[in-house]
Order: sequence, then C-alpha cells, then structure tokens
Amino acid sequence: MLLTAAFFWLFAIVTILSAIAVVTARNPVHSVLFLILAFVNAAGLFLLLGAEFLAMILVVVYVGAVAVLFLFVVMMLDVDFAELKKGMMATQPGLLVVGLAVAAVVVIELVMVMGGWLHLAQPLAVGGVPLSPGVSNTQALGLVLYTRYFYLFQAAGFVLLTAMIGAIVLTLRHKPEVKRQSIEEQNARTRSGAIEIVKVRSRTGVEGA
Amino acid sequence: MSNDWVLPVLIMLLKSVALLVAVLIYVAYVIYADRKIWASVQLRRGPNVVGPWGLLQSFADMIKFVVKEPIIPAGANKGVFLLAPVVTGFLALAAWAVVPVADGWAVADINVGILYIFAISSLGVYGVIMGGWASNSKYPFLSALRSAAQMVSYEVSIGFVIITVLLCAGSLNLSDIVRAQDTSAGFVGWYWLRLFPMFIIFFISALAETNRPPFDLVEAESELVAGFMVEYSSTPYMMFMLGEYVAIVTMCAMTTILFLGGWLPLLPFAPFTWIPGVFWFVAKTSFVFFMFAMVKAFVPRYRYDQLMRLGWKVFLPISLAMVVIVAAVLEAAQAWGWR
Repeated sequence: MLLTAAFFWLFAIVTILSAIAVVTARNPVHSVLFLILAFVNAAGLFLLLGAEFLAMILVVVYVGAVAVLFLFVVMMLDVDFAELKKGMMATQPGLLVVGLAVAAVVVIELVMVMGGWLHLAQPLAVGGVPLSPGVSNTQALGLVLYTRYFYLFQAAGFVLLTAMIGAIVLTLRHKPEVKRQSIEEQNARTRSGAIEIVKVRSRTGVEGA
Repeated sequence: MSNDWVLPVLIMLLKSVALLVAVLIYVAYVIYADRKIWASVQLRRGPNVVGPWGLLQSFADMIKFVVKEPIIPAGANKGVFLLAPVVTGFLALAAWAVVPVADGWAVADINVGILYIFAISSLGVYGVIMGGWASNSKYPFLSALRSAAQMVSYEVSIGFVIITVLLCAGSLNLSDIVRAQDTSAGFVGWYWLRLFPMFIIFFISALAETNRPPFDLVEAESELVAGFMVEYSSTPYMMFMLGEYVAIVTMCAMTTILFLGGWLPLLPFAPFTWIPGVFWFVAKTSFVFFMFAMVKAFVPRYRYDQLMRLGWKVFLPISLAMVVIVAAVLEAAQAWGWR
C-alpha cells in the first residue's frame, strides 16, 4: 500500500506540474512535450485505479497518435520567439479575459459533476454496471460496450467517421496545375514500351541509325 | 517496518537487471550478426579483428562511442536534443518488461501485455521527432517528419494484425497468447500458418516500424545525409543506435510470441520437450532476426511514396478485411460447435 501511495503522489504531482508547464512554457514545442508527459502520468494514475485497458489506450491513442500530430503542427509553425518572450500580458491583454472565462466555465462544470457524484445515488440516467469478479478489466469493458451500450458505441463511431470525412473534404483540393504521378501508368510500363535499342554508326548520331 | 513489500520489490529489481543485461548482451551480438550476415551475402569478411572472429567488435564500438566527445550544435535546443536519445533507449528497453521469454519468466506478466508493447513501441516515434527537431537543421527535420509519418502509418496495420491474433487467442496477456498456440500439432498449430497472410504482413510492417532496410528512409544517405541523427555524435548517437537495435529485437520477439509459439518446442514430444523454453524462444527470435538481416542484404530501398502506398492502400485494407473474416469464422465456429 505504501508503494501504491508513493506512486499515486508521484504521478499526481508530475501530472499537475507538467500541466502547469504546458501553459507557462515559452516554447510551444516544449508545451506539447509537457502535455505528453501529463498524458503519460495520467495513464499511470489509471493503472493505479486498476483501469489497465484505459491506461494503455490513453497512451496508444493520445500519446502515440494525437500528440504526434500536435507536435507536427507546432513544429512547422513559424513562431516568433522574440514576440513570445515579451509575454502575453503585454501584447494581448484581451486574451487574459477569454482565458479566465473558459477556466471559470470548466471549474463550474467540474464542481457540478463532482457534486452530483457525491450527493446522488445514481448521478446520471446511465448508472454504473457492477463488475463481476474474476473478469479482467478489458473483458468487462468489452462485455458492456458491445451489449448494453452497443448503440451509443456505434453512434460515437459514426460521429468520429463524420469528423474524419469532414476533415478530408475540407482539405482535399485537386489543383490541375500540380503534376501527379499515376501509379497505374507506372506499373503498366513494360520494357518494350520504355526502351528502344538503336544501333548507332560512328559519327552519325541517333538520327543516322 | 514491515518486510512484506521490500522483498518482492528487491526480487523485481534483480529480475529487471538480469533481463536488461541479457537483452543488452544479446543485442551486442545481434549487431555483430547483422554485420556478419550482410558481409557474407556480399562476399566480404565483416568484422574479424577485435577478439576471436571479431566477436568483441560491438563492445569495442561501444567503448569508442562512449570515450569520444559529444558535440552539441550551437543552435540546437539542448534539453530536447539530449532527451531524444535517452527517450529512444529507455522506451526500447522498457518494452522488455512484459516479454515472456519462457513459461512464467516475464518480469511483469500483466493482463494487457500486448497493448503495453504496442503503446511503448508507438512512443518510439518521439525519439525520432524530438531528435530531428532539436537538431535545428534542415535534413534531420525533414527526415524526422518523414519517418514519423512512416512509423505512424505502419502502426495501424500492425494494430490490426495484432487484433486478429487476439481474436484467436482470446486474451491480451502474452503468456496466454503463447499457451493458445500449444496444440498437439506442434509448429503446424502456431499462428503463422493459421493466420498466414497476417504473418507476412506483420513481418513487413515490423521492418517498416523499426526503420530497417528496405524501409530505412529515415537514414536514406543518398537524399537525407544520415537522417534525423546527422547532428548526433558519441554517446547520444550510441543511445539512438542501441534503441533502434533493441526495438528490432523486440519486434523479433513479438513475431515469435504472436506467430511462432514463443517458448513452445518445435514438436510437442520427447526429444524436443527436453530442451528448456528459453532456448526455443531465443532460437526463434534469432531466426526472425536472421530473416531481417537477409532482407537488409537482398532488397533495395523503397521509394517513399511506394512505402506509404504499401502501408495505406495494400496492408491496411488486407488486414482490416482479415479482422472481419477471422471474427466471422470464429463466430461461425462457435455457433456450429466446431471448437
């Protein structure tokens, strides 16, 4: 138990510190790297709760895929470091108000959720499903997800699919002036179509053959 | 102070250290074998000076890397620059915590072992991106972007291949996956035959995921100098190289566990069952590595667009279809009572 507590404090403190560093770091790439550290430590907290499947999926999806794309985008941004060093307060004071407003909304929502959790026996319409003993975390999730919440699960999948198609539609542009290679044409090329063997007599060039 | 948690922690530490030492020594000889095999294919001798038959070459290289001066470029982002090789080396070694080298020999025999390895190997991208970006130089950056795209793409097909194996084995635990292959048919009953196209796809995807030739576009010397590690020297470079080779051995071990029956003997009767499981595991892993080395020696490098095409337009549809087919066959088998 001592070890578990020690690990809890380690993960929790590192999560909070790196979350703070995400917003305070001057360099946006460092911010994303701290965000990744926060994700990994959150996965550690899930592990301590016994939610091993969630922990691993958090690492695979958020750290392994989503944060990579974040990092891609941030690295390719043309960041003016001199501007950043001046601090945001001096350059854009209006953003502070927006930030505080967003933070207030999030805090109020968190309090509402936690309050509902503490005071109601059944916080939401969909109550928890009792875990049967001897069933591993992954199996239990699968059993509930594909039976009881099947339609909700499928609906979530459709929402993601729509988002994906939307992103493709928004970014896909066919520019006629851009040269593209046609793979079919490349694969269909044969020796007879591509190579011509010419016997050239000395001092006459290809035309003289 | 109670002693009920001190002893297990100590045993765990000792096990981890023993495994680390074993893996590192194995990797040293894997690097040697790689160079020897490559040399033999090209009718060269390969390393043959340090120690008998050059057996100590890897250790000589290691000492040379460590005693040289590390050079950090002036424009580099120093922290991230030095963090990148450490991340690569650490992640590559961390994956070995769950690998069962014999029945019950895993340091941590966790329920979601295969997800853990998948997660850890998907983090391997970070070493590449961080190193490429922190070098503050064009070639490493281009190479890092390119290889990150490559590694993320092939992870998708690896994920689907793993799902087909999981469907058959019915567990995420690596030891259980090996036990599920323990049939009376011996090596014929392992998943390489039962899921044959998946075995090939996994092997090729593993080559791409670990940036081995013919998919070593990370290091394509002809176009990107030496890829994302151009600016690295001495110990940081060694960490990258070590991480890369450990990741390769991990992939070989994964192939062994998922498709070649892990520690199981070739045939389940007398002379074969006398040999301990570790031997079988190491022998199979070495065999898979031999295949990796032969591919490196034989196959010319892919073009980048061909590589992406292979990953997204060939492997992804095939593996996706196989997930559906395998699930349908298993469901039908259960419904009609075949198993």
